[in-house]
Amino acid sequence: MENVEKVILPDGEMIKEDILAKYPPKVAKKRNKSMVFNDPSKDQPIQSNVRTVPGIITQRGCCYAGCKGVVLGPTRDIINLTHGPIGCGFYSWLTRRNQTRPGPKGDNYMPYCFSTDMQDDNIVFGGEKKLKEAIQEAYDIFHPKAIGIFATCPVGLIGDDIHSVAKEMKEKLGINIFGFSCEGYKGVSQSAGHHIANNQIFKHVVGLDDKKKKGKFLINLLGEYNIGGDAFLIEDLFERCGLTLVSTFSGNSSIDQFANCHTADLNLVMCHRSINYVADMMEKKFGIPWMKINFIGANASAASLRQIGKYFDDKDLYQRIEKVIAEEMPAVEAARKEVMPHTKGELAMIFVGGSRAHHYQELFAEIGMRTIAAGYEFAHKDDYEGRKVLPSLKVDADSRNIEELVVEKDPERYKLRKTQEELRKLEKSGVRMKEYDGMIPEMVNKSFIIDDISQHETDMLIAKYKPAVFCAGIKEKYTVQKNGVPMKQLHSYDYGGPFAVFKGAVNFYKEMDRTINSRVWGLIKPPWDSNPEITATFVLE
Amino acid sequence: MNTTVTRNPCKLCSPLGASLVFKGIRGTIPLLHGSQGCATYIRRYFISHFREPVDIASSNFVETTSIFGGAKNLCEALENINEQYRPEIIGVATTCLSETIGDDVPLFLNNFLKKKGSETFPDIIFVSTPSYSGTHMDGFHSAVKSIVEYYSHLCESADSSFFGDRSEKSVAVFPNFVSPADIRHLKEIILDFGMKPVFVPDYSQTLDGVSWNKYEKIPEGGTSRENLMSLREASFLLELGNSLTGMDSAGKFLESKFGSKNYGLGLPIGIDLTDDFFNSLKIISGRKIPEKYIAQRGRLVDAYCDAHKYLFGKKAVVFGEEDMVVSIAQFLCEIGVIPVLCASGAKGSEMRKALQQLSQKYKNEIVIRTKADFVGIEEEAEILKPDFLIGNSKGYTLSRKLGIPLVRVGFPIHDRFGASRILHLCYKGTQELFDRIVNAIVAKKQSESEAGYTYM
Repeated sequence: MENVEKVILPDGEMIKEDILAKYPPKVAKKRNKSMVFNDPSKDQPIQSNVRTVPGIITQRGCCYAGCKGVVLGPTRDIINLTHGPIGCGFYSWLTRRNQTRPGPKGDNYMPYCFSTDMQDDNIVFGGEKKLKEAIQEAYDIFHPKAIGIFATCPVGLIGDDIHSVAKEMKEKLGINIFGFSCEGYKGVSQSAGHHIANNQIFKHVVGLDDKKKKGKFLINLLGEYNIGGDAFLIEDLFERCGLTLVSTFSGNSSIDQFANCHTADLNLVMCHRSINYVADMMEKKFGIPWMKINFIGANASAASLRQIGKYFDDKDLYQRIEKVIAEEMPAVEAARKEVMPHTKGELAMIFVGGSRAHHYQELFAEIGMRTIAAGYEFAHKDDYEGRKVLPSLKVDADSRNIEELVVEKDPERYKLRKTQEELRKLEKSGVRMKEYDGMIPEMVNKSFIIDDISQHETDMLIAKYKPAVFCAGIKEKYTVQKNGVPMKQLHSYDYGGPFAVFKGAVNFYKEMDRTINSRVWGLIKPPWDSNPEITATFVLE
Repeated sequence: MNTTVTRNPCKLCSPLGASLVFKGIRGTIPLLHGSQGCATYIRRYFISHFREPVDIASSNFVETTSIFGGAKNLCEALENINEQYRPEIIGVATTCLSETIGDDVPLFLNNFLKKKGSETFPDIIFVSTPSYSGTHMDGFHSAVKSIVEYYSHLCESADSSFFGDRSEKSVAVFPNFVSPADIRHLKEIILDFGMKPVFVPDYSQTLDGVSWNKYEKIPEGGTSRENLMSLREASFLLELGNSLTGMDSAGKFLESKFGSKNYGLGLPIGIDLTDDFFNSLKIISGRKIPEKYIAQRGRLVDAYCDAHKYLFGKKAVVFGEEDMVVSIAQFLCEIGVIPVLCASGAKGSEMRKALQQLSQKYKNEIVIRTKADFVGIEEEAEILKPDFLIGNSKGYTLSRKLGIPLVRVGFPIHDRFGASRILHLCYKGTQELFDRIVNAIVAKKQSESEAGYTYM
């Protein structure tokens, strides 16, 4: 973060007090634990992954949204059938901007929304019959390889057994059919849905196909969702480096890739939150080690590629990686040089996701901006403080109802990729396997970290700091802009992007320059408010 | 093909409609009683359509809430909303979750207010909106009715001097799910007739606001509590939307309770329906129709004549909210376009009746599809070969597939800019709609012409 200038900032502790003063005492006490005013010299714990206080307007979604929308949404050839009333299916219908490339012959059901559209009588008498009919129809129309059934709130309550229906229909139709018990009320955020989605894919799909892809360096990319075409840039980069991508969870993915992902030799974890447990399970069951990487930010991307190089420790691979980095960096440097005079020293705030609020700080730092406040919407303690806190995490009632799969070594498919000795050697060379330090250690002194930020807290932060840009999602977009502060959506990228790796970084720098320095913000106040005397002007600026 | 599974739905869920209505009442925070996902999803849809802040609270059910009931969460939510927003009203709508477990929300609210003291706490209006019955329009109409009922009970006990000057004629307007621009236009018209309008709801400002100098927790605008209390004093009631004729509506409720006459009209789109609308206003107000609207009507008829060469015999598919579909179909018949297929995801018995009459009147063959989904619409459209589509953004897939233009009306419109400012209603709105339709047809013809004509 060498480019960051020193700025005088308001007193964070006072701001925190101001924010909390608006809450009833009980709520203030609870929210206080979810806010940290950063002091890197101290070990500061933060409360996260706890229930949102009712009536506090949260930006979080539900379990169903995380399961159907986020994790399974980007997979093109599984028919996603929502079992429930119409709203849930409608709202999750092609609303995230994950892209896919099915190729000329590939199936793509992403533009479709299938729902059992439950009615009163289904709620009263049960909806299993309707669900079976719906599965049959979806099969008759498309003859897909697989169908996923997603439960919405009422389904669990009325006792429809989607798993037995899935089993029955699987036997009848001879295709892979599985259910997700992702009722909206489960867990405390969409994170529960990610877990349920990944568990079921792990149980019902992973390991079904042992065919090994050609290639010397076989990798999986976990926790990348191809918003705005990010995955396409990453895929291109891998190809040029000579890395063979077996499967992505789940940007630009297909079910066949999940089925043979166990043949890869290294798992790369992008979004730690949504998928670290899958990496762990794959290591246990198949012996694939994993490392945390980050392809957001040019420097981070280069560093991640080099880490992968070290893991495989191959001369040719090293060379190809360095060549690719050398090809990409000139454009990155040129763009940085162009925007830096306009962005240096500006403040940014990022409140998204389970990893983006961390990753995007890289991009801002690269153009001299300082992330003064950040937080996740649905992350857990380890995403803030690092995996060192994992042993001390307590399982509460809301986590307990999310199934933890018991995984054992697969007797046929387990293959040791690296011996303990080799792993130790890697560690010595600076490659940290199975490690993530979280967001907080990388944040600058006196920055704010707030988990599950509410609308009220957002308003207060903006008022006190007047950041140059605020990053969040569509729900915050116009609130922030009404405050006269530019807003960048980092869930959907404001229909722009891609922002991943080197070309994406260039896109992001330029977009930030345009966003922050747009003349429109100067037009909010009419001239007669500040200069009542002036009646007309002929001078053009 | 008739299927059990709904493929690409042509309707949204009822709590969405209720939330929209609450956004049109001054100082109101909507609260959805259920999982937080409902509030988040619905906010997301409103925000991408209106491009405005939309705060909707939730009682944030978790698994234990679903088992033991939502009373505690609901009370907590009410308190927290009150502390943070200091609203005048909290509008509580249920979701399929709280409805399925059978939460007795009115009882919860009663107990809560007994404890808190209803004098000091904001008004709480309740509406039941299980999303497994009906569509977003049912949620919309139910919320309108709940609000009207709530304040008619309240005002029964109010001092009659509260209602102010009775010599001024006031009209209570139930405008249906129309755009903020539509509401502004209707307001202007009624004011031009010398009457005071009270809209339920009025989100013309809250969901299409100006840039702010200072942050507002709850955006300005919306129908005030005082105006809601004065509804019983309304000289006339004006209820727009054909489907309301078959429903236990807010207008009918007020009419039966307080005796003011209720005019139930179709959404004024096209000459015939707008004539009905202006005629009613003429009768209600006892005034002549202002010149400016006569001129608007004249220009519209003139445009009908001028563009007839582009439109005559063209075929259209109309889809979306049932009342919008009926009025647009009628307008299309007027201008010589055949609405070959009219579809809505709603049960739509009134829509069917109205369209059957229309079909007879204009001797046009109209395929009517209620409880429709987009795949069903697509299957019919492939046979009917329409020249254009008219409806919301979800029709884009079909438009792309058939290579024909989509004229965007209704909700949601999330692939074009300015949804809040689309004017659909009365002579002026019809004019805009008409120009857009003609230009969509002309543009297609032009882009397909081999000669590359610049005169069309």
